[in-house]
Amino acid sequence: MRSRKIYLLIFILALFGFALWSVVPLDRNVLGREGLRLGLDLAGGSYLVYQADLTDVKPGAEDEIMDGVKGVVERRINALGITEPVVEIQKHEGEYNIVIQLPGIANIEKAKEMVGLFTVLEFREQNATGNWTPATGTVNGEILTLTSRYFKENTTVAVDSVGKVYLLFEWDATGAQLSKQITTRLLGKPLAIYLGDEPLRGEDGHIIAPKVEAVIEDKGQIEGLSLADANELKDLLNAGRIDVPLGRWVDGEFKPSVPLYEKTVDATLGQDSIQKSIRAAAIGIVVLLLFLLLYYRLPGLVACLSLGVYGVVLLAIFKLVPITLTLPGLAGFIVSLGMAVDANVLIFERMKEELRGGRSLAAAVEAGFDRAWTAIRDSNITTFIACLVLFWLGGTLGAFTVRGFALILFIGVALSMFTAITVTRTFLRLIIGSQVITNPAAYGVKSFQTARNTK
Amino acid sequence: MIDFIGNKRWFFLISWILVITGIASLVISQLQLGTPLRLGTDFAGGTSMTLQFSPAVEQSQLREEMAKLGHDKITIQNAGEGNFIIHTREITSEEAHELAEELGTALDSQVKIGDYYLASPTVGAKAARSAVIAVIVASIAMLFYIVWAFRRMPKPFRWGSCAVIALVHDVFITVGIFSLMGLLAGVEIDALFITGLLTVVGYSINNIVVVFDRIRENKAKGISSDFAITVNSSIVETLGRCLNTSLTTLFVILALFLFGGATIHYFVLVLLLGVVIGTYDSICVAGPLLVVWEKGEWSALLPWAKRPVQ
Repeated sequence: MRSRKIYLLIFILALFGFALWSVVPLDRNVLGREGLRLGLDLAGGSYLVYQADLTDVKPGAEDEIMDGVKGVVERRINALGITEPVVEIQKHEGEYNIVIQLPGIANIEKAKEMVGLFTVLEFREQNATGNWTPATGTVNGEILTLTSRYFKENTTVAVDSVGKVYLLFEWDATGAQLSKQITTRLLGKPLAIYLGDEPLRGEDGHIIAPKVEAVIEDKGQIEGLSLADANELKDLLNAGRIDVPLGRWVDGEFKPSVPLYEKTVDATLGQDSIQKSIRAAAIGIVVLLLFLLLYYRLPGLVACLSLGVYGVVLLAIFKLVPITLTLPGLAGFIVSLGMAVDANVLIFERMKEELRGGRSLAAAVEAGFDRAWTAIRDSNITTFIACLVLFWLGGTLGAFTVRGFALILFIGVALSMFTAITVTRTFLRLIIGSQVITNPAAYGVKSFQTARNTK
Repeated sequence: MIDFIGNKRWFFLISWILVITGIASLVISQLQLGTPLRLGTDFAGGTSMTLQFSPAVEQSQLREEMAKLGHDKITIQNAGEGNFIIHTREITSEEAHELAEELGTALDSQVKIGDYYLASPTVGAKAARSAVIAVIVASIAMLFYIVWAFRRMPKPFRWGSCAVIALVHDVFITVGIFSLMGLLAGVEIDALFITGLLTVVGYSINNIVVVFDRIRENKAKGISSDFAITVNSSIVETLGRCLNTSLTTLFVILALFLFGGATIHYFVLVLLLGVVIGTYDSICVAGPLLVVWEKGEWSALLPWAKRPVQ
């Protein structure tokens, strides 16, 4: 029994130490980039949602095309120098939405302009001065640029027996004529692929500009790409075959470039929210700790300690998982602190009752924990139910702020069950076992034996 | 010992006043706005933004200037310190910046857009539908939980019903207060309102379960032949626990409400109201309701009716 207590104490201290170590450095940048991951409402930034117009896409090919569109949008945003953008495809009742998160406030208008553009890729050749200019040809007397529009839809990646990667493609009739003219002219010279004004680059950053080895008429292949690059290029080319404008459907009519949903938060407002939340949390926690100390005395102090463990471990979870902290999430964290105490209050109240009922201190502690456990478990079930439902609700567009709250409250309440039971119990057992503090007043009752059920 | 059961008529009277005020407000709001609660951008679509004026301007002036600029059907919420949250028809972020500039010139104040938020009405309608589904699913799940939690009670259906009535009463009052604030102060409900509501309903159930659990325990012990006395001592015995768990939660919520900033002000208010009303109804409504049902004293539910001769 005694050794088990010691093991648990060592475990708790180790956990606390590890959590503290992973949360620090706090002083460098308390909630900044080096610390916790902050949501757009705290760090500032934009959240954009567009619908994709897939009317020209063959049924069944949507998933693949949207992957390509995602790649195109990512490249465009990266080209603007926005750090850590997140682009996601959401499939919702057969509709495809593209969700774009842009941290920071740089160039939101420009970013919106860029993502609204269509997704066609352009081939370019190097002129005498080394600049890349559109590769053009003449079809039926018209000067046309070779673009990804002229691909057939069967662009694929193949790997031969020695592991060499090929990107296989076919041109349609117009593409074949253009390709013949261009590749004849550029034999032995490179041909680059551009998205807007940016060349496509491989994983290692080099420009993808395959050298023309032969005249390509209706079908051809690109060699020398890595498998990952080839697969990505395939997606981009397939997506670039058809215009997939991003915008919004309004009464059956598609309006390109108009977002379905947009939220932009100024970084200073976010900073203000953080400061205010921290101040509120500090005040709330101080009052909470004072209340625990004054009302429950020694057990209250133990609860404060276990609350400290709780707070640090929770922060460590946020940082290590990592969980993006939003303003409602921050509120969830603070509310969960209040709820974490809930379990301790249940236990201490029960303990007091047992003490008044004439039990010894050690027996009262054990009974307090045993009897309170069912109440603690039951009382958290409803919170879990609420969190699960809210997490689902948070997955819908307009309610994306909800998810952070639900997730953090869920983790917080689950963790609080651990700290209230294991941490508080271990500390209390050790204090009582050591017989250092035996004064009944420290436990909030007048005396251990005589204070029977005062009425 | 505090006599909760003896004073049940007073508690019921307070509850009736709050519930009826809430319902009246919902009805008036339905007639005036077309919805029982004033819907925010999350559910109604449109554009909302936080305008930060320095120095601060008057809300009435702001409304006047907005109307002059063609935004007459708007909701303005005063978020303090010169911050106003404005909900108007859909405008692009460029138009929003132009609007802010014009307002700044007209009102002779520096103005900044703290956050800009646009949702198409279709997204809003979808979010509203999802919110309704979420509330229904959560209610059903919690009802199942109540049935399960009351399986050991002597009359599970009766005890469960009393708990549910107390909870519905809790929700009605909270929703009613927000409806009233929507009418009077332009307070809008958003997805976070639903979040707060579901969170506090989950939280409130537990207080009721704890009280009822103690009633069951005391009834089994046979501490009194009178059910009213059994219930009253159970409420008194669990009072410390109920108040203290609510208090610890309230401390932090109150701190957030007072010092937490404008963006989550009303979200925190839902939590605050929910916890206070939830604590009230677990102590003063759920138990007395059980006594009324057990004893068949239905007239006590209508405090204004004549007391039956006993």
